[in-house]
Amino acid sequence: MNFEFTEEQKMIQQAAKDFAERELLHDIIERDAKSIFPADRIKKLAELGFLGMMTDPKYDGGGMDTISYVLAMEEISKIDSSTAVVMSVCNSLVNWGLENFGTEAQKEKYLKPLARGEKIGAFLLSEPEAGSDATSQRTTAEDMGDYYLVNGTKNWITNANCASTYLVIAQTHPDKKHKGINALIVDKDTPGITLGPHEDKMGMRSSDTHSVMFTDVKVPKENRIGDDGFGFTFAMKTLDGGRIGIASQALGIASGAFERALKYSRERKAFGTEIFNHQAIAFKLADMAVKIENARNLCLKAAWLKDQHQPYGVMSAMAKQYCADIAMEVTTEAVQIHGGYGYVREYHVERLMREAKLTQIYEGTSEVQKIVISRSLLK
Amino acid sequence: MKILICISNVPDTTTKIKFVNNNTTFDKSGVQWIINPWDELALTRVLDLKDAQAGIESVTVMNVGLADAEPTIRKALAIGADKAIRINADPVDSFQVASLLADAIKKDPYDIVLCGIESCDYNGASVGGMLAELLDMPSVSAISFLNIAGGKVELKREIDGGQESIEIATPFVGIVQKGIAKDPRIPNMRGIMMAKTKPLQVLEPSAANTLTSVGSFDLPKAKAACKKIDPDNVKELVRLLHYEAKLI
Repeated sequence: MNFEFTEEQKMIQQAAKDFAERELLHDIIERDAKSIFPADRIKKLAELGFLGMMTDPKYDGGGMDTISYVLAMEEISKIDSSTAVVMSVCNSLVNWGLENFGTEAQKEKYLKPLARGEKIGAFLLSEPEAGSDATSQRTTAEDMGDYYLVNGTKNWITNANCASTYLVIAQTHPDKKHKGINALIVDKDTPGITLGPHEDKMGMRSSDTHSVMFTDVKVPKENRIGDDGFGFTFAMKTLDGGRIGIASQALGIASGAFERALKYSRERKAFGTEIFNHQAIAFKLADMAVKIENARNLCLKAAWLKDQHQPYGVMSAMAKQYCADIAMEVTTEAVQIHGGYGYVREYHVERLMREAKLTQIYEGTSEVQKIVISRSLLK
Repeated sequence: MKILICISNVPDTTTKIKFVNNNTTFDKSGVQWIINPWDELALTRVLDLKDAQAGIESVTVMNVGLADAEPTIRKALAIGADKAIRINADPVDSFQVASLLADAIKKDPYDIVLCGIESCDYNGASVGGMLAELLDMPSVSAISFLNIAGGKVELKREIDGGQESIEIATPFVGIVQKGIAKDPRIPNMRGIMMAKTKPLQVLEPSAANTLTSVGSFDLPKAKAACKKIDPDNVKELVRLLHYEAKLI
């Protein structure tokens, strides 16, 4: 067992930290308040290679391991989760899905520009009535011989507007239930695709979230990923890895809030001394530190298993559930330590608390993760 | 045009400084090391010029340090330097650093040698000038602008109350301050991967003297707590400045 990071991993961690502090911090409060998507910063992040950092260099990616990805995600999320989620969707869901299950022609046409960061991807699974129960897809992909005709609505789609490439999960054979589902690569500018208004969210307000409506959208047959009916398996396998991204995002939200609370506790005085010297505050910080250390170790274990090509689905569910839940706890305590200052925007921790809440909900709620974990205990 | 940037491996600027051995040695434990910020800005500017096809054939970085400096040197390669040289020594003073650099540079000369105006560890601000003297090359200090176009080198340097624009023939030693580049480069994924395979040559040091030895280090006195005075209470401000701070 070796807990040391490599030189490259440390360099990536530092690069992500430098990027977040230099490029994202200065206007995050305004972007959050006004729901402004940081298109210019996403372009820079793409130029640095972060959006395709795990994709094989033969498909123009960075070829980095999942450990590096966790480290980078944590650093970006400490400051701006709305940017981190773009990174997560591109790396863990879209690029990984295409790299592992796409044909060579699909990789050439779609994966390469995504891995280079020239294009952004989105993963369209959730529906108004199919969130945690992803088997109940209402969006249909009717087999018309040489193309699929897609109709339906997808909800809560991250990158919906900025993406060029959609991976759409839709039902082709309703009688076969989840075994009739397909995953299709759809160009966003295909006729028949319309976007709902930008979602006015509680947190991660700077991320680009819309519903997406499909009306008689024609998708060529060659854009199907895998065999007919592979779509549900594709989505579940992809989400196994996606959880590592969101777990590290939650970890970053927690550690970002912790760092701010620790700093504040050493500056703010009450009853004649820095509040860190009061046991009530010091013990809170100790509890937060332990939770964050546990969370980080779970993320890294899941990432390590993935890098070793060992089964990682259960570990990534554990990481996702634990990191999201402690992110909520740690950010709540960070607000408490800041007192009144924690409740105003200037001190960032209230935003981190709002962001933490989403990590318990999206890419599989904490409850869904517990289904995955508990079912594994019975095997 | 061959360009060399001399880089120092220095503690991160947020490091809490501690000394050991009766305050004669800087405590390196737990310290995060970085490229000296002025050196990093010089490297950034040169790489920008190389990308802009300014006629730069190669960009080399050189460091005087032990093997533990290599992560910092690799970062310079990740940012975009073509190759790196580490002179394997733990230098004691600026003269030793300048001598070791000069001996190595004489064997493999460069058209432009750049140094940061100072390093943010001991802030000696003397290696650049010494290096130029030891190399018998002209030097320009406090450079805040560098451009290379059509084989011509243009510099701007800060002078009292203004700026001086210079055109200079190579070879020369340039001593660089902030302003030469806005922000240091962040390495990209490809750069980080390639840094592993770029050449990092280790040279054994020449026999260079040291001219100084450290008696002891002292930390600055802790700052007194800030006193807040009501904006309407100017009398109290004047009283404190006069009787307590003794500034007026």
